[in-house]
Amino acid sequence: MGHPIVQVDHLTKSFNGFVAVNDLSFSIEEGEILGLLGPNGAGKTTLIQMLLGLITPTAGEIRILGFDLKRHREEILSQVNFSSTYISMPTSLTLRENLTVFAKLYGIKKPEHRIDELLEIFEIKRLKNTITRHLSSGQLTRLSLVKALLNRPKVLFLDEPTASLDPDIADKTRTLLKSIRDQSRLTLLYTSHNMKEMEEISDRILFLHQGRILASGTPAEILRLFAERNLEDVFLKVARGNHSLEPPESRP
Amino acid sequence: MKLHRVTALVLRHLYLYQRSLPRMTEVLFWPLIDLLLWGFVTLYLQRFQANLPKFVTFFLGALILWDILYRAQQGISVSFLEEVWSKNLLNLFVTPMRPSEFLAALLTISIAKLLTAGLASAFLAWLFYSFNLFVLGLSLIPFVLNLALMGWAIGIITMASILLYGQEAEVMAWGLAFLVQPVSAVFYPVSVMPAWVQPIAWMMPSSHVFEGMRAVVETGAFPVEELVKAFILNLFYLSLALSFFYRNLRVVKEKGLLLRSGTE
Repeated sequence: MGHPIVQVDHLTKSFNGFVAVNDLSFSIEEGEILGLLGPNGAGKTTLIQMLLGLITPTAGEIRILGFDLKRHREEILSQVNFSSTYISMPTSLTLRENLTVFAKLYGIKKPEHRIDELLEIFEIKRLKNTITRHLSSGQLTRLSLVKALLNRPKVLFLDEPTASLDPDIADKTRTLLKSIRDQSRLTLLYTSHNMKEMEEISDRILFLHQGRILASGTPAEILRLFAERNLEDVFLKVARGNHSLEPPESRP
Repeated sequence: MKLHRVTALVLRHLYLYQRSLPRMTEVLFWPLIDLLLWGFVTLYLQRFQANLPKFVTFFLGALILWDILYRAQQGISVSFLEEVWSKNLLNLFVTPMRPSEFLAALLTISIAKLLTAGLASAFLAWLFYSFNLFVLGLSLIPFVLNLALMGWAIGIITMASILLYGQEAEVMAWGLAFLVQPVSAVFYPVSVMPAWVQPIAWMMPSSHVFEGMRAVVETGAFPVEELVKAFILNLFYLSLALSFFYRNLRVVKEKGLLLRSGTE
C-alpha cells in the first residue's frame, strides 16, 4: 500500500438536528479497496456524497489526492469517478453518444478508442449503437461502470455496482476492478449489500452504524472482533442490535 | 470556464433532439398553432376594425416576439428538466463541470431553440399572412435580445426552484412565463390596464419591448428609451435569478437534496 489518497478528518453531517455522519476520521491508501458496510441509515450514502462534493459537510475536512475538496473540487473530480445502481444516464441516447458526452466532460481527447476499449472489456461493444433505454438492468450497470472508468480515475467510488448483475458478470466485474487496481494503483471505495462480495473484494472494511465507525479492519479482523464466521452474520448482529461493541472512540 | 465541457453538454441535447420527433416538433408545432389561431382571429377582427392602423403588424409581431421570450425560458427550464427526467443530474454533478458551464450550455441550447422557433414563425407569418417581421428593422435585434434575457431570467428562476423543491415545481416550466404575460403589454398597450396595474407592467422588461415595438410600427422611430429601460430591468432580474440559482444550489448541497433531484 502507499500513501493516503483519501483523508477524512472529523467529518460530521447533521440534517435539522439529526446527525447522519458523526465525527468520522479515516483514510484510504493508494491502491486500497475499502469496503463501506453498514445497515440502512448508517450514513454510507451521505458519506459518499460528501466525498463527491454533492453534500456540504457540517464540520470536518476531506482531502483527496492531497487537495482540499472545498477549495479544489474541479482538480479532484477530474481524477475521480462514481458509479451507482441508483442513478441513470439519458435513455434516449445510444451508448456511444452517452459515453462521448461524458468523455468530453472529462476532457478526453479522441475518446473513441477509450470507449471501444472499455465496451469490449465489459462485453457490451456490440450494443454501442443501441439506444440506452433498450438495455437490460445488468447492461445499464455495465454502461455505468464504463462511464466511471472513462477518465482513468485515480479514485473510484462505487455504490452497489454489482447489484443488478448476474453472478458471472458480477464476478468478472470484481476481477476486472482488482486487475485495474493492480495495474494502475486505482483506489476504490466500495459499498454492497452482498456480504460475500465485500469479504472477497475489500482489503479493509469500514463498518458504519448510526453515522459512526463501529469497526475497521481487514475482513478477517472484523470477523474476529465480532466472533462470527462470515460478514453476513456480523451485519445481522449489528443491524438487529445484538452486539455490545462500542465505536472505537468510546472504548476505554 | 472550459469550452469542452460546455460543448459536451450542448452535444448531449443535440443527440437528444436529432432522433426525437416529438421534441423537434415541439419547437415548431406550438408557434405554428399560435400563429394560425391568432393570425386568423386578427384577420377576422381587421374586417370590422378597418380603421385600426396596422392591426396585423401589431398582433402578429407581438405573437412572434412573445414566442421568443417563451422559447428562451423553455430552452433553460425544459433542458434542465431533461436531466431530471433522465436521472442524469448526479452523473453531471460528479464531473468537474462548474455550475457556470452548465448554465452556459443551457443558454446555448436556448439560443438555438429561440432562433429556430423565431425564424420558423417569421417565415410562416410571411407565407400565410404576407406579414414581414423585418419591417421592425434594426430595432428587431435589441427587441429579441431583451426578450431572450427576460426569458432566461424566468428560466433560471424555474430551474433553481425545481432544484430546491423537486419535480413538484415542474409546472413552473410551463406556466411561469404566462403569469407575467397579462402585465407584459404584449397585445395591448400599458395605458389600457387599470391604473394600479400599470406600475407593475412598467417593471416588466417585456412591457417596454412591446411598447417599443408598437412605437416602431406607428412612427418608425427607434425606441431608445424603452430599450434602455428594458435592458436595465433585465440586468436586474438576471442578477436576481443567478443569485437565486447559486443560493438554491448551496442550500441543496447543505440539505443533501441533489440525490432527490437526481433520482426521483
